[in-house]
Amino acid sequence: MTLTDLPRTGIPYDQLIEPSRVHGSLYTRQDVFAEELAKIWYTTWVFVGHVSEVAKPNDYVRKNIGPQDVVMTRDAEGEVHLLLNRCAHRGNMVCEADKGNSSSFRCPYHGWTYRNNGMLAGYPYSKGYGGKGQLDPVTMGMGRVPRVGVYRGFVFGSFAEDGPSLEEHLGAAAGEIDRLVNLSPEGEIEVSAGWLKHRAKANWKLLAENETDGYHPQFVHSSIFTVADSGIGDLYADGAESVTRALGNGHSENDLRPEFRRLGKPMGWFGTTENKVPKYVARMREKYGEAAEKLLIDGAPHVMIFPNLFIAEIQMFAIQPLAADLTVQHVTAVQLKGGEEMNRRLLQQTVGSVGPAGMLLADDTEMYERNQAGVAELRPEWLDVRRGLVRERQDENGFTIGSANDETGMRGFWAHYKELMTKGAAG
Amino acid sequence: MTATVQAGREATGGLDIRTIEQFLYREARLADEFELEAWEQLWTDDAIYWVPAGGDDPNTQMSVIFDNRSRIGLRVRQLNTGKRHSQLPRSRMRRVVSNVEVIGTEENGDTVVEANFVLVESRVRGRQVWAGRYTYRLRTVDGQLRMSYKKVALVDRDHDLPTMSFLI
Repeated sequence: MTLTDLPRTGIPYDQLIEPSRVHGSLYTRQDVFAEELAKIWYTTWVFVGHVSEVAKPNDYVRKNIGPQDVVMTRDAEGEVHLLLNRCAHRGNMVCEADKGNSSSFRCPYHGWTYRNNGMLAGYPYSKGYGGKGQLDPVTMGMGRVPRVGVYRGFVFGSFAEDGPSLEEHLGAAAGEIDRLVNLSPEGEIEVSAGWLKHRAKANWKLLAENETDGYHPQFVHSSIFTVADSGIGDLYADGAESVTRALGNGHSENDLRPEFRRLGKPMGWFGTTENKVPKYVARMREKYGEAAEKLLIDGAPHVMIFPNLFIAEIQMFAIQPLAADLTVQHVTAVQLKGGEEMNRRLLQQTVGSVGPAGMLLADDTEMYERNQAGVAELRPEWLDVRRGLVRERQDENGFTIGSANDETGMRGFWAHYKELMTKGAAG
Repeated sequence: MTATVQAGREATGGLDIRTIEQFLYREARLADEFELEAWEQLWTDDAIYWVPAGGDDPNTQMSVIFDNRSRIGLRVRQLNTGKRHSQLPRSRMRRVVSNVEVIGTEENGDTVVEANFVLVESRVRGRQVWAGRYTYRLRTVDGQLRMSYKKVALVDRDHDLPTMSFLI
């Protein structure tokens, strides 16, 4: 019997995930996907959205955690809630608009109403329930994501009542969010450009692994590198000083700072010079003083935050898994509060790169889909993730690092995945 | 009778509706058949090629495509490298352009035309139907009809879309 023909229950993840290879069935089996929903997506902290998407009191916007339809609201007091889009009466969808401003939601089926903190507010023809105030506003309220955490404006949700705090989950990845947010002269980013949604007939892990794979750009993106003046390829080439770092808890990054520091030019990370964006650079120096130079040289992070937030310098991706072989990538351009001079450039560069017609992401997504087709083949059963094991080392903070195009990030991803998937396993 | 014809000509910026339609059909065929250089030559120097996502302002909102003339050229050159994996092999496509309607003229004299389209794309891994409304701005340059603007409002623009790295 091969591992492909495993029994339908008790999937032995410890046998399917080895230090240098992982089994193909992890990408194709619907029962693995169902177990991932339970043990990862409905347990750990998942990125949902940004506070700027519900900037004003009573703003709301439809978001998701995997297949779950989540309404992110801000109540009149300013608190952010993550509500499940389901009426406590008959389970009908309560909110059909994508976004808006309202202090309450009214289910269109039988007219039950809910406050935007999820509490039941009213039900028509109340005599049938013994009168008004007979139904408990909490237990008969909208379902909710029990834990909501906000880190520097990034909103995360966890379906687990207890567990590691958001700060514990983010760990070293919090510093990467800091790096991004500190590129705003006001210390805040905004998600105001809306999300472009790109469908991939592929397993979500293929996307997550690819985000800090520095091995693929020269091949997958050679078409755009050939015709555009892009420095991306060089950042990941053999001999580049950039490193791939496993940040713990499944997070990973391509740390390109060594290359940008070698270049030593403010805004070099963005492929421009400071005289092209003088107002922005001046505002950064005003805000951060001497520390501004380092921020302007180091630039934005390239970090994959487990399981679904990918910050690719100026772009933010949220990965939404829908089935073993179906994933939606939501992507938007980071907008810097107080960085108006930068924002249109950030948007235009993002739109050119990402999404269904993007000059980069269309080809990444092509690879995800071909990869999904490939892993369904029966032999060889495994995917190899050993690249760079021969030269891996620890950095000064004890994190494992490899060269720019090593699979160090993937191995970190799988170690955390295995931990979550085997937690509570019988025997 | 003469007055009606005059009014019609006025509304189309002096262009004959048949001439406009022939231009739209040619543009559609060149895109379907990956006649990339001929397609690129249809654009004016100040061209905008826009495929909105959900938003209505491409300067502040995400789009599927928002190309100026230089980026249209880059898109064509990328397709021409033979290494644009998402178009290897190329999609086989046929689109029908219909309901052609002359909307009016821009201040600069460009003629605004709208039309519906349905496009069937056959790819290695499946078939996809695309549909929506085109908005063109047309201008005669050196005796040749050109487009300065093409907006593609997909009926599916609010939803997740599969890869579409061909010319739509």
